[in-house]
Amino acid sequence: MIRVENLTKDYGPVRAVNGISFEIKEGEILGFLGPNGAGKSTTLKVLTSYLAPTSGNVFFQDMNILDHSMEIRKQIGYLPELNPLYYEMSVYDFLQFVATTRGIKGSAFTQRLGKVVELCGLKGVVQKQIGELSKGYKQRVGLAQAIFHDPKILILDEPSTGLDPNQIVEIRELIKNLGKKKTLIMSSHILQEVQATADRMVIINKGQIVANGTTEELMTSFKGKTVLTMELVNANEDSIRKIAPTVSDVTVGKISNDKGLITAQFEYPNSTDPRKDIFAYAIKNQWTILEMSRKKVSLEDVFRVLTVEGGANG
Amino acid sequence: MDNIKIICKKELAAFFGSPVGYIVLVVFASLTSWFFASTFFLSNQSDLRTLFDVTPMVFTFYVPAITMGLVARERQSGTLEFLTTLPLSDLQIIFGKYLAALILIKIGLAFTLVHAFTLFMVGQHIDVGALIMGYFGLVLVGAMYSAIGVFCSSITNNQIVSFIVSFVIVFFFFILEKSLVLVPGWLAGILQFLSVDYHLNNISRGVLDTRNLIYFGSVIAFFLLLSTRILEMRKWK
Repeated sequence: MIRVENLTKDYGPVRAVNGISFEIKEGEILGFLGPNGAGKSTTLKVLTSYLAPTSGNVFFQDMNILDHSMEIRKQIGYLPELNPLYYEMSVYDFLQFVATTRGIKGSAFTQRLGKVVELCGLKGVVQKQIGELSKGYKQRVGLAQAIFHDPKILILDEPSTGLDPNQIVEIRELIKNLGKKKTLIMSSHILQEVQATADRMVIINKGQIVANGTTEELMTSFKGKTVLTMELVNANEDSIRKIAPTVSDVTVGKISNDKGLITAQFEYPNSTDPRKDIFAYAIKNQWTILEMSRKKVSLEDVFRVLTVEGGANG
Repeated sequence: MDNIKIICKKELAAFFGSPVGYIVLVVFASLTSWFFASTFFLSNQSDLRTLFDVTPMVFTFYVPAITMGLVARERQSGTLEFLTTLPLSDLQIIFGKYLAALILIKIGLAFTLVHAFTLFMVGQHIDVGALIMGYFGLVLVGAMYSAIGVFCSSITNNQIVSFIVSFVIVFFFFILEKSLVLVPGWLAGILQFLSVDYHLNNISRGVLDTRNLIYFGSVIAFFLLLSTRILEMRKWK
C-alpha cells in the first residue's frame, strides 16, 4: 500500500533521515518507533506531503507522492506531532472546516459528525471552544479531524504525548479500534505503546532503520540474543532438540527439513559464545555442517533508550 | 475556488473571533473620522478629498494589523502543517487568506461611508463620480498593501515582526512620491512610477489609465506569488 524507498531528508547540513526503506501493507498497524530526534516525524512529514524528500521515493499504491500529492492527501488522515488545532474555533466549526476542505457538506456532514463524535467520545463538547478543552479532549478532536473523511490511511504522530495514563489507555483503545479497518502508521518513542497496538514495528534511530519486523519477532530480539543458523546434512530433529540440555544456555529455534537438508536455528544470550560446544556436539552426532552463520541482534541500546523514556513518560 | 472561500471564511471567523479584530476596526474608523471631520466643515467643500488623502496613510497601520497574523500565527501554533497537509494547494491557502484581508479592507472602508452620508445630507453639487473613483482608488491601495502584508506574514512566525516589516515596506511605497525632491532627476522618474500616490492620484482625479491598473495588479501578483513560493520553501530539497 505504501512503499518508502531510500528516503533521505536533510535539514540544511543536518541529515534527519538517512536512506530508509520500508513497506506498509493494507490494513496493517505499523508502529514507527524511535527515540526523540530519530527522524520519525520527519519521515511522517514526507509521507503526508508536508516536506519533500531530499532523495528517494514514496509510493502510495504506485502513485509517487511528488506527482500525486493532492490525490494522496485526500486519502490520508493526519494527526501531526503536538496536535496543532485552531484554539479559537469551536469543535463544531473546526470539524466543519476540515470536512468542507474534504468536500463533505450539508447532510453528509451532519451524518458523519454524529458518527465521529460517538467514535471519538466528543459528546457534550461539540459546541465548546477547542482552547477550553482538556488535553485528552484536544487529542480526541485531533483524531476526529483525522478520521472525519473516513480515510484509507491514518498517520498519527505521537498520538499519546502529554496525556495522563488513563487518557493514554483510552486513546490506545481508540487507535486499536480505528486500525481494524484502516492502514495505520503510528509513531512513538514509547516501546510499550507500540507493542500494545501495532502489528509490525519499524525502529529507527539516528535516521536509520535498526529493526523492522512483527512485534513478536522484535520483542524476542530485544532481549539481546544471538541467532546461529546452521545448515546440516546427516542430522535428525531429535538429536538437534537434545542439544539444549547438553550445551548450556542454548535453545533451539526453528528447524526446517528440505529433503535431508536441515536448517536449524540456535539461540543463546549475547553474553556467552557456545559455538565451540555446538560444533563439538555436531561432531559427536556426526552431522555434516554445510553452513554456520551468526547474527547478533544489537538492539539493546535502542531498547534501553526506548524503555527508559517510556518508563519516564508513562 | 471553493477551497479559497473555505480558507477566507476561516480567516474572517478568526478575525472576528478575537477582540483584537474589533479594536483594529474601531481604531481605523476613529482615525479616519477624526482626520476627516476635523477639517470637513472648515474647508467647506462638498467632497471627501480629505478622507481619500488620509486613508492611504491610515492603511499603513491598518493593513499590516489585519494581515500580520494570517500566516505567521499558523506558523507559530504549528497549524500550518495541519493546513498544508489538507487537500488544499499552497496557492489556494495564500489566495484565501488574501481574500479575507480584502474583505476586511472593504469592511473598514464601509465605516467611512458614514461620511459620504453626511456629505449628502449637508453638501450641494456633489460629484458622485469622484466619490466612486476615490473609493475605487482606496480599494486598490488596500489590495496592494494587503498583498504586501500577506507576504510579510508568510516569512516569519512572529506577528510583531510581520507587522513591522510590512509597515516598513508599505510605508516605503507610501512615502516615495513625497521624497522625490531628495533624489536626482534620472532616478525620480523610476521612483515616481513605483510610488502609490502617483497612481492613486490619477485614479482619484477620475482618470482610469491601464498603466495605473497594471501597476497595482503587478505589485499584488508579485507579492502573492512570492508568498506562495515562501510557503513552498518547506518543500525545498
